[in-house]
Amino acid sequence: MTTTPVTDAPATSTRQGTQIRLERVTKDYGLANPAVDDITLTIDPGEFMTLLGPSGSGKTTTLNLIAGFESLSAGTISLNGADVGKLPPHKRDLGMLFQNYALFPHMTVAQNVAYPLRERRMPRDVIARKVQEVLELVQLPDRDDNYPNQLSGGQQQRVALARAIVFDPKALLLDEPLGALDRNLRGALQAEIRRIHREVGSTFVFVTHDQEEAMNLSDRIALFNTGRIEQVGSPEELYRKPETLFTARFLGDSNVFELGGGVSGSSVGWEGSTWAVDPSTVSTHPGVLSDAALVVRPEDLGIVASAAKAPAGSNTVSAVVTDVEYMGSYRTAMLALGPSGVKGRARLDAFDSTLSIGDEVVAFWRPERQRLVAA
Amino acid sequence: MSTVTPDTVSTETAYVTAGRAGRRRRDRSVDPIPWWQWVIGIAVAVYFILPTVFVIPMSFGTASSFQFPPKELSLDLYVNFFTNPKWIGSLGNSLLVAVLASLLATTVGTAAALGLHQLTGRLSRFVRTILMVSMVTPAIVVAVAVYISFLQWRLVGSIGGYVLAHAAIGVPFVLVSVTSALGGFDPKLLRASASLGASPWRTFLRVTLPLISRGVLTGAVFAFVTSLDEVVIALFLRSPLFQTLPVQMYNAVTVEVDPTIAAASSLVVVTVTLLLLVPLLVRRPKKRR
Repeated sequence: MTTTPVTDAPATSTRQGTQIRLERVTKDYGLANPAVDDITLTIDPGEFMTLLGPSGSGKTTTLNLIAGFESLSAGTISLNGADVGKLPPHKRDLGMLFQNYALFPHMTVAQNVAYPLRERRMPRDVIARKVQEVLELVQLPDRDDNYPNQLSGGQQQRVALARAIVFDPKALLLDEPLGALDRNLRGALQAEIRRIHREVGSTFVFVTHDQEEAMNLSDRIALFNTGRIEQVGSPEELYRKPETLFTARFLGDSNVFELGGGVSGSSVGWEGSTWAVDPSTVSTHPGVLSDAALVVRPEDLGIVASAAKAPAGSNTVSAVVTDVEYMGSYRTAMLALGPSGVKGRARLDAFDSTLSIGDEVVAFWRPERQRLVAA
Repeated sequence: MSTVTPDTVSTETAYVTAGRAGRRRRDRSVDPIPWWQWVIGIAVAVYFILPTVFVIPMSFGTASSFQFPPKELSLDLYVNFFTNPKWIGSLGNSLLVAVLASLLATTVGTAAALGLHQLTGRLSRFVRTILMVSMVTPAIVVAVAVYISFLQWRLVGSIGGYVLAHAAIGVPFVLVSVTSALGGFDPKLLRASASLGASPWRTFLRVTLPLISRGVLTGAVFAFVTSLDEVVIALFLRSPLFQTLPVQMYNAVTVEVDPTIAAASSLVVVTVTLLLLVPLLVRRPKKRR
């Protein structure tokens, strides 16, 4: 995987990105639950916004609603303040990238890329120039006369990307565009998409179920769950400050202690342990007052032989080592936490080979590194 | 500047090579075909083709009578076919009807196939069956039904009547061939085209139609040929002023005993065979580097 040495010069684009605003958007197919349930979301001009979620959470439906492939059941969608809810897709001026590339198989690379320009009745010489420019931007020159089936998957997706941005659309919608590619290529194309977002400077809306991809690419992530938005924020906010247990579990690994009650006061109890609560680590979600869970990331969990050896002021819980996995750059200790043996994990230094299976140890963490979320 | 590492490049090239090799390889059965299968195969082929082939030498006989093999060769029958207004006129009528009917059938059949492709479930199956009924209904039943209704609508003997009736029996062929062409059509292309600014009609012209053109062409040829050799309905609809070639051929045998029919038959056989080969010969040109 490579990162691009992008020049420090200001972005080549002169146009401003487009603001996309969804207001109380609902899509109801008449099933038990609406596919998209009363969503309000503002995507800022030039922002890279990722709609993340498990399959069936409504993220793709939301993208299709923005694109105009699905009709709204309720709510409004506006681009830079102009309501587009009733416009057919071909009048919305939004570029789109599909998982299976959706290149026209009977057209060459150049003809594919020229397609949106010809539909806009641009003069021939302008089309030829723009096609060459954009093919250089996606680093696929000299392939003009190839047909899509003569290209690899990665190359095809570059052509699709060129075709989707060549007409300077108001925004680019990306529907799991890397899903069909193998791991190496995916990394290369992620870097490519990031670079092109910087250079073009327009609004990108990216749909994926891959949390790593989302963390990697996005300015902000909107996490979807059963047709609703669970949480919106930067990748770091979502990872470090999840509001709910769903968010904590969806992004990264977590050690979860379900408290079975709400948070009140300066400490919480779990299976006989009492832990200090740092008020800044308590979620603002109202659910945390009635039913909360304490979450600690594996990299924040330390392991010592006995409670006495834990640093002062840390929260501790007894643990049994059930397995140790060597990952190359680090080791993961699989743990059974507390009396009931809740499954957990801690990230260890790669050279720490002192633990073995069956060891009875104490896991500890600093109170400001934990997070109390709505269960 | 380059963002692609050497190993990525090699992966991509490897893909292409693998893909090409994969396309080229053809599996062949290990054993040769046993001799008795050849014998049966050829026998069946001869049985089907022979009667049609007989007529061709006969067409080069003299104008006096039907004979096989012809005693002396001449082009008399062809001369008669192309000079006698009864023959050449009915050929013109047949071609006109076949062209118009196949155009109509192709338009309707393609539209129906596209529409039904979008639908799923019972309604789609029901409509599809209705449209295919004329394929399995005995021709005489269709002909009588057409005759009775066209009598009321005053379409008997008119070119419009022929075109409508022949288009109706041509539609199923188009429906079948276009539907099978749509089987390999990726509906995502429609969305891609719309996102790129093309209206549904422009999308049809620039994306859908080129990609299903083989199916459309096949259907059109079948509809054309079906109309060209259709005789039962044409017998009911004929009038002294307008009759098609098959009807004239029928008359030639039953009423006039005119050996020109051998020339007419030969021409029809050759024309129809050539036409049916058209979809096989038309291939999308593929540029290769």
